[in-house]
Amino acid sequence: MKPFTRIDAKAAPLALSNIDTDQIIPKQFLKTVDRIGLSKGLFYDFRFDEAGREKPDFVLNQPAYKDAGVLIAGDNFGCGSSREHAPWALLDFGISCVISTSFADIFYNPCVQNGLLPVVLPAQAVEDLMAQARGGNHVISVDLAAQTVTAPDGRVYDFEIDPSRKHKMLNGLDAIGETLQKAPDIDVYESARALDTPWLERA
Amino acid sequence: MAAKTLYDKIWDAHLVAEGDGETILYIDLHLIHEVTTPQAFAGLRAAGRPVRRPDRTLAVADHNVPTEGQALGAGAVADEEARLQLLTLERNVAENGIEYFPMGDLRNGIVHVVGPEQGRTQPGMTIVCGDSHTSTHGAFGALAQGIGTSEVEHVLATQTLRQAKSKNMRVTIDGTPAPGVGAKDFALAVIGAIGTAGGTGHVIEYAGEAIRALSMEGRMTLCNLTIEAGARAGLVAPDETTFDYIRGRPAAPKGAAWDMAVAHWKSFFTDDDAVFDREIALDAGQIAPLVTWGTSPEDVMPIDGRVPDPASFATPDKRASAERALDYMGLTAGQPITEAKIDRVFIGSCTNSRIEDLRAAAAVVQKAFLEGRLVAPHVRAMVVPGSGLVKAQAEDEGLDAIFKAAGFDWREPGCSMCLGMNPDRLAPGERCASTSNRNFEGRQGRGGRTHLLSPAMAAAAAIAGHLTDVRDFI
Repeated sequence: MKPFTRIDAKAAPLALSNIDTDQIIPKQFLKTVDRIGLSKGLFYDFRFDEAGREKPDFVLNQPAYKDAGVLIAGDNFGCGSSREHAPWALLDFGISCVISTSFADIFYNPCVQNGLLPVVLPAQAVEDLMAQARGGNHVISVDLAAQTVTAPDGRVYDFEIDPSRKHKMLNGLDAIGETLQKAPDIDVYESARALDTPWLERA
Repeated sequence: MAAKTLYDKIWDAHLVAEGDGETILYIDLHLIHEVTTPQAFAGLRAAGRPVRRPDRTLAVADHNVPTEGQALGAGAVADEEARLQLLTLERNVAENGIEYFPMGDLRNGIVHVVGPEQGRTQPGMTIVCGDSHTSTHGAFGALAQGIGTSEVEHVLATQTLRQAKSKNMRVTIDGTPAPGVGAKDFALAVIGAIGTAGGTGHVIEYAGEAIRALSMEGRMTLCNLTIEAGARAGLVAPDETTFDYIRGRPAAPKGAAWDMAVAHWKSFFTDDDAVFDREIALDAGQIAPLVTWGTSPEDVMPIDGRVPDPASFATPDKRASAERALDYMGLTAGQPITEAKIDRVFIGSCTNSRIEDLRAAAAVVQKAFLEGRLVAPHVRAMVVPGSGLVKAQAEDEGLDAIFKAAGFDWREPGCSMCLGMNPDRLAPGERCASTSNRNFEGRQGRGGRTHLLSPAMAAAAAIAGHLTDVRDFI
């Protein structure tokens, strides 16, 4: 996983609440055995009409936002399924940070595990950022080490993130490798459990 | 000792190690399917890591299987990408010695129907699957959660999950539901009350006399939809209903082990003086048969109500979302929802495809049939059993004959039109009365319009040809 330290990028406003994972990437793009190339399915039904033509009014199709690196969205972003294709598609498109008032739990973790930073800010802060992004004044800075978002007008917003998640994202650490260092603890746990619930042990 | 909730007890029983903010939690059962695993197995292969506990892993093929011609096997699936995913799963389970029920096997079906049906799902367990509706298994008093593909790979490699603990929330439903009202209505009522983000950061335990009175199928429906309320998982404490369901199933403990297991399972309950971070109470007697009008599961209304006005919503975001939803759904504020004429009916999905669901729908269909009524001529209605075993049992009970005589299409098991990843899907603009779990835009097919409701309500809608009050059919 690629470390996330700090980005300075254009922000695209998407002022809808409850953006679900079927909207982020529809099911026809889940039939892949790869992690790459999923940007073609990102927000597919928002970006393209039934004939596959770009819808010019959708924010990510507008020239000012085509190369956005940050998405600012309404409440409860990422609700729905556990498909990790959603963060893969956002990253493949070039978006490595989403700012909202809240995220669905089932989306938040896979983001962190793939180096996509979900930033939770209060409603007023999200509205301010959204307004500035809409106005075309839209390069913002997101600094994970400092836990700050700097708006185009220079205002700085602090955000919270769990320290262990922050550490992993800053360093691009592999969670499996870390857990495998605890293999002796897992061995001990399994031996004890085998005595407590022997019917779950299969020959 | 401090009083604990059911969630606290399961959590504590699975602690392997604790770190800064995250806990390493042991996973008892890992269910896998074709869509969210190929990248996980590829990751293991690239890193040279083995699957730690193949014996605690069970694989099925459900999301993109066609619901006909399954006996021909995965190699005969017409959709090239779906076929590649199915064949990739077959290769991955064979290489790693994982038990697998292939497409066409009587035991195969939707992962959240198969686990309980096989007796693999048991109280007090931790269960994960790369599918959000894993919350279903919470009906047994198991901590069951949907995970992403990175976590699937983590569980395959370590049999553990890294996680921060959630908060405790309790939803108490007392009282007796009116005829025609059941678990699906309870679930929609809860989501309508707290919203799709209402459970964020929490695990919800369901309690109260109306919950105790539910069958295991009803409890599974309720826990299944808990993820639509934003909670990580749903739980119902195990009781005699739970034990009766598990007894005799293939993976259930036998003989002396059964008594040992029941004693263990009985230790999983919430202490009387345990404190919840949040409590909600509903009266089952006040819940009407419910239906969704919009494109989020929280867009819930009683079947005898009128479509809400977007202007009545509190925030600009919500008003914009409601306007967009009405436009997408082709509905007008203020119109009675029973005016909505339907094109399709889907009875199935991990929410409502178990034997009791099919019986409830068949009862409505049979009564109407005896009065000379069939599926409305303009409606295409389908029933998709949750597994090969559910299908066989329904056929033993003659339910298939009732459905078929009334004009329903009787299909082979799978996720089917719940998510439109297989040939079963809506055409643009088609309106569907669906027993599934998500009414998101495009969920059942691009431009498709989904109304979520119970199996009995779906059956009644099929016959009426429009959304209708099941209470007029019973």
